[in-house]
Amino acid sequence: MADPTKRSEENGKEPTSSDDANLSARLKSLDARIDKASAQRSKTTESTARSKSDSNALGQAFRLSAEFVSGVVAGGIVGWLVDRLFGISPWGLIVCIILGFCAGMLNLLRAAGMLKGARYDEKR
Amino acid sequence: MASPIEQFQIKPIIPVINFTNSSLFMVGAVAVIVGGLLLATRKRAVVPGRAQSVAEILHDFVAGTLRDAAGAEGMKFFPLVFSLFMFVLTANLLGMIPGFFTVTSHVIVTFSLAILVIGTVVVYGFVKHGTHFLGLFVPSGVPGWLLPFIVVIELISFLSRPISLSLRLFANMLAGHIALKVFAGFVVALLGAGGALSILAPLPLLMAVALMALEFLVAALQAYVFTVLTCIYLNDALHPGH
Repeated sequence: MADPTKRSEENGKEPTSSDDANLSARLKSLDARIDKASAQRSKTTESTARSKSDSNALGQAFRLSAEFVSGVVAGGIVGWLVDRLFGISPWGLIVCIILGFCAGMLNLLRAAGMLKGARYDEKR
Repeated sequence: MASPIEQFQIKPIIPVINFTNSSLFMVGAVAVIVGGLLLATRKRAVVPGRAQSVAEILHDFVAGTLRDAAGAEGMKFFPLVFSLFMFVLTANLLGMIPGFFTVTSHVIVTFSLAILVIGTVVVYGFVKHGTHFLGLFVPSGVPGWLLPFIVVIELISFLSRPISLSLRLFANMLAGHIALKVFAGFVVALLGAGGALSILAPLPLLMAVALMALEFLVAALQAYVFTVLTCIYLNDALHPGH
């Protein structure tokens, strides 16, 4: 800690200070360039993402609706099978369609990417 | 004017072995894929020609998708995923030719493809991981009293996967073809009405042209979506959570 400061005092202030100024100027210009480049990159990726999502809006709508409907349908099929197997009609169907509604919502949120952290395959 | 859903009718061609127009176009799609790829890769040049480039792009595209979704281990499923992608894509695009039958506009076809995928996931998951595969339905960090509900909901969510996978492809193809047919029908109807109405006839024609372009997009996009979801589900079979 003491060594470098001492050496800088010994070696004379003028060359180091000019070096420092030079270095800081270069760093500053580099920072500015990086900022500019990253801003440009984010802008281009954002614009491409937006145009893509625009052209895929119909596809997304179909995808999300299919996710939700399939959850309810799967719940209905399971409920119908439960009713057939245990003869407790209509309770199996009622309970399983409600659970299917929940599963459809879960599917929907997952497909929309709102439950990213809670996905079992991303939790590892 | 013909009914817009007449195009989805299944007609027997060889009734003895139940060979229908649907079967014909499935065989046709397979023939196009196999023939096209064999023809494209016939020369196996180091510097690929046009046809070989297309085949290589298709291969790299599917391989990249699979590797992104399921990792390097997922590449053992490459033959399955590539076959599915090529079949769905070719069937969709063949259906775009006027007068041709669209195989993927029947839910039973897409559902059997989806069952094939989910069946592979379940069988491979149990063979590879045993009962540990059931950990897929038990997310960690859930309070104990909530766990039975969550497990049932996760189970139903898993069962809904083949349904959503098949429903999406089927609904897209069906809706697109019906819309196309309806707008094309408007042209004929307006022309037939005569007088001032026939001046309006080019408007639905323009719409039909625009829809045709959209349908080509949807045909390729749905094949891609089917492939991506297949890869994501295969990833569950390879790495079933906790």
